[in-house]
Amino acid sequence: MKLILGFIPLLDCASLVVAAERGFAAEEDLELALVRETSWANIRDRVVVGHFDAAHMLGPMTVASTLGIGHVKVPVIAPFALGLGGNAITVSLRLWEQMTSEGASVESDPGTHAAALKGVVVSREKARREPLTFAMVYPFSCHNYELRYWLAAGGIDPDREVRLIVIPPPFLVDALRAGQIDGFCVGEPWNSVAVHAGVGAIVTATTAIWPFSPEKVLGCRLEWAQRHPKQLASLQRALYRASQWCERPRNRAELATLLSQPRYVGAPAELLRQALEGQLAQTTHSKPSHLENFYIPAQHNATFPWVSHALWFYAQMLRWKQVEFSADHLAAVRATYRPDLYRAALASLNPAIPVEDSKIERFFDGQTFDPAQLPSMG
Amino acid sequence: MSDPALRILLVDQNVTRASILEEGLREAGYTNVAVVRDMQNLLRRIVDADPDVIFIDLENPNRDVLEQMFQVSRCVRRPIAMFVDHSDTDMIRAAVESGVGAYVVDGLRKERVKSILDMAVSRFNAFSQLRDELDRAKQELEDRKIIERAKGILMKERGLSEDAAYGLLRKAAMNDNRRVAEVAQSVVTAARLLK
Repeated sequence: MKLILGFIPLLDCASLVVAAERGFAAEEDLELALVRETSWANIRDRVVVGHFDAAHMLGPMTVASTLGIGHVKVPVIAPFALGLGGNAITVSLRLWEQMTSEGASVESDPGTHAAALKGVVVSREKARREPLTFAMVYPFSCHNYELRYWLAAGGIDPDREVRLIVIPPPFLVDALRAGQIDGFCVGEPWNSVAVHAGVGAIVTATTAIWPFSPEKVLGCRLEWAQRHPKQLASLQRALYRASQWCERPRNRAELATLLSQPRYVGAPAELLRQALEGQLAQTTHSKPSHLENFYIPAQHNATFPWVSHALWFYAQMLRWKQVEFSADHLAAVRATYRPDLYRAALASLNPAIPVEDSKIERFFDGQTFDPAQLPSMG
Repeated sequence: MSDPALRILLVDQNVTRASILEEGLREAGYTNVAVVRDMQNLLRRIVDADPDVIFIDLENPNRDVLEQMFQVSRCVRRPIAMFVDHSDTDMIRAAVESGVGAYVVDGLRKERVKSILDMAVSRFNAFSQLRDELDRAKQELEDRKIIERAKGILMKERGLSEDAAYGLLRKAAMNDNRRVAEVAQSVVTAARLLK
């Protein structure tokens, strides 16, 4: 059967590309037609109207669609996660210089970085200068929530003390160069592209803010999943094998070359390979340093759709006032991520599938997120 | 039925398409139409236009920028995707297929905007058709040029008449299951190599 899948040119579309290009889909009698898209809104719309059977989606986008925030209310599910991590926060060289004079260095932890940034924010306020502007890629994205979490942990109010705007990934580096923005949070390869172009410094990988943090998922309409249970299971298995292929160090060079093609990510293979290895040069003059667990395609149950991830996104939507709490919403959010479908499809392939649907999520500042406590947040 | 009081904003970097839609809307009696081509200061333009309905082309990556503005900005009235009623998936499908994204200000009645969306969809479709035709016409022109050059080479090198030269190209194309223009391109390339 032929499936049409949408994707955005980013490192973590890797499993989709490999499933299509390295025979994993064919083994499951699937033919994957991958369609490159220009915006997340297009991905959502084309999934919702049935142009795409499934797509490379922002995790929080499945929740937003299910709740109908800002758009048509169509239940979208996440039966499979497309890896963990892969994002970083990059700032302009000027801001980096100011942050270093406030005590930040390449080796600092996210807390020290945030404190240094707070110092810059305060001195700008005193000097009555415009607030700093940070960009991310979509209002319902891990990037938005990770950036906000980090800023807030450093005592910076993301809605008052800085400006947060959306800029599509391919335009971020130019915006940073032009001084239109002072920093951004985005997936690879765009952080490395900024460093390589000599216009930015990588402050931190977001996996240092939230270890084993989620990113994209495979998203599809609930209704499609109910109509095509076998095809969905086949797709999950093909993607699972593809993600394991992506995880193997010996395949990284080949994967980087594959993704570097213009019809996929269209970025230099060398930068993609470094990101796959977790070797990121934080500044133009520093050697690439190894970031532990930067981008994880398969290991550590990176493809398991943890319900606690969906609930954390919902908690952030509440925290940043994108939506108001309701018990109905909470139930709908729980039903968005589908570990049950994951277990049913992958029981024979993955012997180490978690038996729990949720886990306690831990952050760099010592805070934890216990999904069981969510109802009391309303 | 048109509702001339409605303010409409088009966000489209393609000048031709934007004017096709703008013209259609004006002809239908919508006089409050603003067009944004430059993505700088998008928010300011939206605030100034204060639109009831916004259209954006789907090739435009700035669509995500627009959606964020609707989410956070307190200075624009909050537009939402057109037809948030689930029964209208067909309308959304028609819009997406024609390549247009549509937003309406929350609370605007559906009947007031349906004809505008229909107009946008048909004009976007007309534009795609126009673009396809243009691409085809360009291709045909290119084909004709290369065939003329190949004919000229065959006439000169083999002493053939114009008709005979074309017949030879056509026969070779049929034998190889290729287009005449492709065979002509090979002749031109070969002649250049043999010079």
